[in-house]
Amino acid sequence: MYTTLILVQTLNGLQFGIILFLIAAGLTLVFGVMDFINLAHGVQYMIGAYFAFTFTQMTGSFTLGLLIALPAALLFGLLLEALVFRHLYGRDHLDQVLATFGIILFLNQGVKVLWGSSPLFVPVPDLLQGSIELIPGFFYPIYRLAIIAAGLGVAGLLYVLVNHTRAGMLVRAGATNAPMVSALGVDIRRLFMVVFGFGAMLAGFAGAMVAPILSVEPGMGDNLLILAFVVIVIGGIGSIRGAFLAALLIGLVDTLGRGFSSDILRLFLEPSAASQTGRALAPMLIYILMALVLFFRPSGLFPVKR
Amino acid sequence: MSDAAQTQDLASTARPLWMRSNALAFALFVAFAIVPALAQFGTEGYILSLVMRVMIFAIAAMSLDLILGYGALVSFGHAVFMGFGAYAAGILMSHQVTDFFVQLAVALGVSALFALVTGAISLRTKGVYFIMITLAFGQMAYFFMISLAAYGGDDGLTLYSRSSIFGQDLLGRGHVLYYVIFAAMVGVYFLLRAIVSSRFGRVLRGARENPVRMEAIGFHPYRYQLAAYVIAGTICGLSGFLLANQTEFVAPAFMTWQRSGELIVMVVLGGMGTLHGAIIGAAAFILLEEGLYRITEDWKLIFGPMLVLVALFARGGILGFFRRSGQ
Repeated sequence: MYTTLILVQTLNGLQFGIILFLIAAGLTLVFGVMDFINLAHGVQYMIGAYFAFTFTQMTGSFTLGLLIALPAALLFGLLLEALVFRHLYGRDHLDQVLATFGIILFLNQGVKVLWGSSPLFVPVPDLLQGSIELIPGFFYPIYRLAIIAAGLGVAGLLYVLVNHTRAGMLVRAGATNAPMVSALGVDIRRLFMVVFGFGAMLAGFAGAMVAPILSVEPGMGDNLLILAFVVIVIGGIGSIRGAFLAALLIGLVDTLGRGFSSDILRLFLEPSAASQTGRALAPMLIYILMALVLFFRPSGLFPVKR
Repeated sequence: MSDAAQTQDLASTARPLWMRSNALAFALFVAFAIVPALAQFGTEGYILSLVMRVMIFAIAAMSLDLILGYGALVSFGHAVFMGFGAYAAGILMSHQVTDFFVQLAVALGVSALFALVTGAISLRTKGVYFIMITLAFGQMAYFFMISLAAYGGDDGLTLYSRSSIFGQDLLGRGHVLYYVIFAAMVGVYFLLRAIVSSRFGRVLRGARENPVRMEAIGFHPYRYQLAAYVIAGTICGLSGFLLANQTEFVAPAFMTWQRSGELIVMVVLGGMGTLHGAIIGAAAFILLEEGLYRITEDWKLIFGPMLVLVALFARGGILGFFRRSGQ
């Protein structure tokens, strides 16, 4: 029984980590390549979920809805880039914080006006409904496995894109030294735009994928934004590989911590004290982890070499 | 910040700008001082509590300005100190310790201690990593307060009375609380003004401009930055203590990362590195929030784009905008 619980929580942690990776991947590139603090990245995730909801309702099919939501999220990201972000590259970080904070306020309220403030639900697609028996006696929802598979697929795709294409080479070069890349005749503004749009689409994809298992509501991106920042800082800003490993680490530590920290503490403490401390400690674990990583490795686990 | 603004700021010990900024601050203080006299012609309770809120956040924003504007240390966890100050009042009150001075001492002490410990660790990192590590400590404190079920957990804690002074409920009388907050704001302004124009403040600004050079001429920027961080945290704790007395309620919501973000927005909105800019920013933020809310429930649809426009076009915030148009 207990092993099953550990297995379930581990898979849940992996699935959460995968979602975090999808959000963090765009964030770390935007941060690493453009040195741009984008607090509005979390609302891209929220927008993706709302797009998935609307287009699923319009078409009656989650697959179709997802396929329309992706380019819609991309377009939305490009629109924001052209309207606001483009004018803030190279500016003080604080100006970027101010502007993107304003965008958060606007969009969180905007979805409330358009879709209402009560949570919305997207049905799990028929094909992926139910659970399968992974090992005898151990069932796991198919849809969550699909999220893990889709996320791993995207991670593989990103790996190829970043490491084995010309555009990826430019992105890596940009993360190391953007002015130099620009001096070599690369249109860095266009590169920025592509990276930004792509990052927005990935976050939107994450939002669309979780729409059937979480409720779609205003402000749903705010806390994930902070977790995504934790991920990219632990992984090393600008590093996709670091973001991937850190996302899985954070997903597992957070999920398993919330599930088992009371049980583990019970080995050393009185039951009541253990559950009390466990409940206090569990949500803090990832931040403690982050502070420790920064204390010993001030530029993350996989810093981009400069 | 543009080079011109920096030079101007470095030269801020020169007489004219000094007098001008003090004159502006003086005008602000006079305006705050006469509010209670004017408020009786309107909805008095509402106006007073709104302006008290402005002054409390002005204190918090000024404390952030010390490290943000003068030290270039972007703390994304500053609201935590406000939360600690508020909880010091709330928790002591729930144990029947109602004395103003005891609560104040605990509020300041806890904030200073937390600032010392987290500052000593955070200041080992630089730039963006500093932003993130202060955020991490902020989130830790936030979740810790949520887990404190004995003190309301997520729902917060209602204070059954205000702090008592010499056993008397003085803060509940007339405009006493208003003028206590007012005095705290004025006191903090002049304290911080003295700090930034002292030798200590010069070293802090020097470390902002060029830490390597400061080290070369024999200073340890780390010690000065840590001291500034502790001072800022302590003063922000004071603002939280006052906030608990004003709202008679404390909650973990006082210390969310969004609240820390709002404090940064106030400082940048008013014009950072000026102190009185922080007061103007806090006033603008809270009054706009309130004013727009009266126009529409969806006030954030207007307020959000306003922040974007300020970031895009008004470098140096509100003060910077006026300074430029005055030239």
